[in-house]
Amino acid sequence: MAKQEEVILLDFWASMYGMKVRIALAEKGVSYMYKEEDLRNKSLLLLEMNPVHNKIPVVIHNGKPICDSSIIVEYIDEVWKDKSPLLPSDAYGKARARFMSDFIDKKVFLIGRNMCMTKGEEQEAARKEFIDCLKLIDGELGDKCYFEGESFGYLDLSLIPFYSRFHAYKMYGGFNIEHEFPKLFCWAKRCFENNESVSKSLPDPLKIHGFVQQMRKNLGLDE
Amino acid sequence: MADEVKLYAAAPSPYVFRAKLALSIKGVKFEYINEDLGNKSAELLKYNPVHKKVPVLVHNGNAISESLVIVEYIDEVWKGVPILPQDPYEKAIARFWAKFIDDKCIPTAFKAFGSNGDEQVVTEAREQLQILENELKVKGTKFFGGDNINLVDIAGSVIAYWVGIFQDATGLELITKEKFPKITVWAEDFVNLEVVNQALPPREDLVAFFKKMFGKA
Repeated sequence: MAKQEEVILLDFWASMYGMKVRIALAEKGVSYMYKEEDLRNKSLLLLEMNPVHNKIPVVIHNGKPICDSSIIVEYIDEVWKDKSPLLPSDAYGKARARFMSDFIDKKVFLIGRNMCMTKGEEQEAARKEFIDCLKLIDGELGDKCYFEGESFGYLDLSLIPFYSRFHAYKMYGGFNIEHEFPKLFCWAKRCFENNESVSKSLPDPLKIHGFVQQMRKNLGLDE
Repeated sequence: MADEVKLYAAAPSPYVFRAKLALSIKGVKFEYINEDLGNKSAELLKYNPVHKKVPVLVHNGNAISESLVIVEYIDEVWKGVPILPQDPYEKAIARFWAKFIDDKCIPTAFKAFGSNGDEQVVTEAREQLQILENELKVKGTKFFGGDNINLVDIAGSVIAYWVGIFQDATGLELITKEKFPKITVWAEDFVNLEVVNQALPPREDLVAFFKKMFGKA
């Protein structure tokens, strides 16, 4: 008899780190309970399950918490290893994927955010840095359909959440990815249109637009 | 065909040490290539164009960068003494604490040592170390890996050895036996392990280097 699996995801709808985990769970066909967190009023469960950082996403698997989106995704890949492998099987492929995923987590997501949350010279500097990051990633993709070749995998999953921000980048960051990096833009559309795990896990870009708009208001950038 | 393993390195770097220690644990023969960080070689820049940093491991022509990525690679390629746990959950926990050391402990400690004793900065560094101290207390084992060292202990080598050197170099006593009894004992046990001790760079050289780096020379 199959073991009763209980999987809970503590998340915030707009979080790109959360989206990575949602996509991974969907790729593996794992049933789970989604719990939306109010980041201004975090639940006792979140504080108990991630006492060190108090951050989402957290996956609770049969009562045991796993924190940090990249660590969670690798965990999911290892536990549900019989379906849709995410990481490459060879050690070198894994190392490259981990390196790039770390780069995406630390640079791409945060610099893209800075680009939308600043103005003037600061925004200009963020935009320049963003372009440099994307040049590297664009080079890594090359002419392939997906980062690993023919199938959607770990690096695609790690980067695709930023597709939800494209509209915001254009409206608030002065950055049109379709014009600047057409190959990456096509890759993103391909991920979204050909993979239900992605289309079901990413929020409506207009909702993100509203979210970014509100954050900018809170920072006093706009009226 | 014989394996070709090169490690682009610099003795003062605690990140380089992680890779060196992992290779030593596995008994891997490698070529240690010493880099002058003020004048980096063309090979280093070729193998790590993104960050241009050491360590870089080059295995049969394939370059791997970022110390924790390198350590995991070494663990996967060379069997023998395991560095990561087998169980996926235990592995996730080990990765979490190694990342905590990198993302929280090291940056705050570095800031503290460079701060000329700024109380707020020093307190913040001690707060992060306290979290690690509590983890050791809760685990109740000799090392983060239990009876033997694992990824977390290797990542923590910067705390076990380098923090003491920074203390000598700057005069700031960040970790004391009174405030951090568990970390103090763990650090001693770690440094006294034969495989660790043999791989560590000499203390005097490092103190001199970091005195200069922290502007105290």
